[in-house]
Amino acid sequence: MSAEHPAVPGGRQPAAGRPAGGFQMHRPGATSPASMRGTAVDVPPRPEDSAADHLHRPASGAPEMLADDALLDLSTDIAGKDVEDTLTRLDAELVGLANVKRRVREIAALLVIDRARQRFGLQATRPTMHMSFTGGPGTGKTTVALRMAEMLHALGYIRKPKVHVVTRDDLVGQFIGHTAPKTKEALAKAAGGVLFIDEAYYLFRPENERDYGQEVIEILLQEMENERTSLVVIFAGYPDRMETFFSANPGLSSRVAHHIEFPDYTHDELMAIAELMVRQENFRFDPAAAQAFSRYLELRMARPRFANARSVRNALERCRLRQAKRLVELHRPVGRTDLITLTDSDVLGSSVFADAPADSTSPADSNGSAGEGASP
Amino acid sequence: MHLRHGTFAHLPELDDTEIAAQVRYALLNNWPVSIEYTDDPHPRNNYWEMWGIPLFDLDEPDGVLAEINACRATFPRHYIRVNAYDASYGRQTTALSFLVQRPPHEPGFRLERTESDDRRQHYGFHAYALDEQPGQRYGG
Repeated sequence: MSAEHPAVPGGRQPAAGRPAGGFQMHRPGATSPASMRGTAVDVPPRPEDSAADHLHRPASGAPEMLADDALLDLSTDIAGKDVEDTLTRLDAELVGLANVKRRVREIAALLVIDRARQRFGLQATRPTMHMSFTGGPGTGKTTVALRMAEMLHALGYIRKPKVHVVTRDDLVGQFIGHTAPKTKEALAKAAGGVLFIDEAYYLFRPENERDYGQEVIEILLQEMENERTSLVVIFAGYPDRMETFFSANPGLSSRVAHHIEFPDYTHDELMAIAELMVRQENFRFDPAAAQAFSRYLELRMARPRFANARSVRNALERCRLRQAKRLVELHRPVGRTDLITLTDSDVLGSSVFADAPADSTSPADSNGSAGEGASP
Repeated sequence: MHLRHGTFAHLPELDDTEIAAQVRYALLNNWPVSIEYTDDPHPRNNYWEMWGIPLFDLDEPDGVLAEINACRATFPRHYIRVNAYDASYGRQTTALSFLVQRPPHEPGFRLERTESDDRRQHYGFHAYALDEQPGQRYGG
């Protein structure tokens, strides 16, 4: 190594948004090495794709500059197709969350335009993409983070479509000098992708001034300012506590460009989510069961510790339990229809109905309530 | 005397971008990477000091480069190398090992002759750098 390696660590890095040099290989989990792809009128595939060729210094794969009077059709950007696919899947898989979807679309449009501007040689700073997702439990924060990572990767903003999920325990050490290595390790694992900090407000504990969480925040701030790493940090947590967290760390709040709120689901949306989940698991409600489940949701939403889509998933799991028990106790051969149908008795076995005020619902079946205990 | 050590030793010096590309190649092959340093250049010196522990579970080279730069900052006049280990044989096997830093001035080796029984000659190398104490070699 020459003696005059730069004073800034890693000063000779490729420009932001460019792949960090060299060949590209198939990466498991990635659909295609999407970093730095140009438009449809692109250079032919380069020969560095073979592993044996990894000593070869690549020619820059950037598409040629456009003249000042040229016109660029945005739909020719092949990354656009991946992005459109991701957005379509986001719409299909996630019920409701209209404002979240709108925000994700805006971010996608911003990055597409940014790429187009680069084609004309218009230099601008890289838009920051650090985000905070605030919302109740089970409102789809992690799911959207996964989709977001795919989209940012398709647009060449990050180098891998991977989300590294951490909580306080993965970042904060137990003793002095333990925190920095832990945080750096988490950052190294998330490098080139998305670092998703779940329950981020736990990092900051104002009541304990000897808490090491502050150190984590300082390291994160440094890393988030860093232009050359293509790391996106997403802070997630419940709205009220995240509010306190950001107000206590103004430096952090100002570096987070996108504050996205995930509202709680309405009853209709939860019902749609339930239908979607049932279909994905290859089950179906018969009409009576759908009505019973709708009633179940009404009762469940009024009870404490309701966790939106997660509660729906748990309720469906227990419906499957009761269905299995019912089918076994039939003591007769079962057909395909039996196996995929959830009946109203499978739903009404829930303990939620047991302590509900008796009204229009039929009394709970005798089978099922056993072993339900305190689980809502 | 330019010490030829490990892979790519006969190529021009790798810059950080190229080092990152090599590290990425190692990580894509599921070879964990470790960083080692020494100021004893003898070719028989196989066991260098470890800089931290091997870096597991990475798939991008940024973390490795950060460690390399930390090691360079601490030992600006040492040899530093990056090793990639292939564990697929069920034992630790070095798959790739290359220098990422060398001292600015390498004085080289002198030949040492030793008389043995029956006037036989034994030859050995002595690195000039070793005349200094560890830590003060290469003008440190």
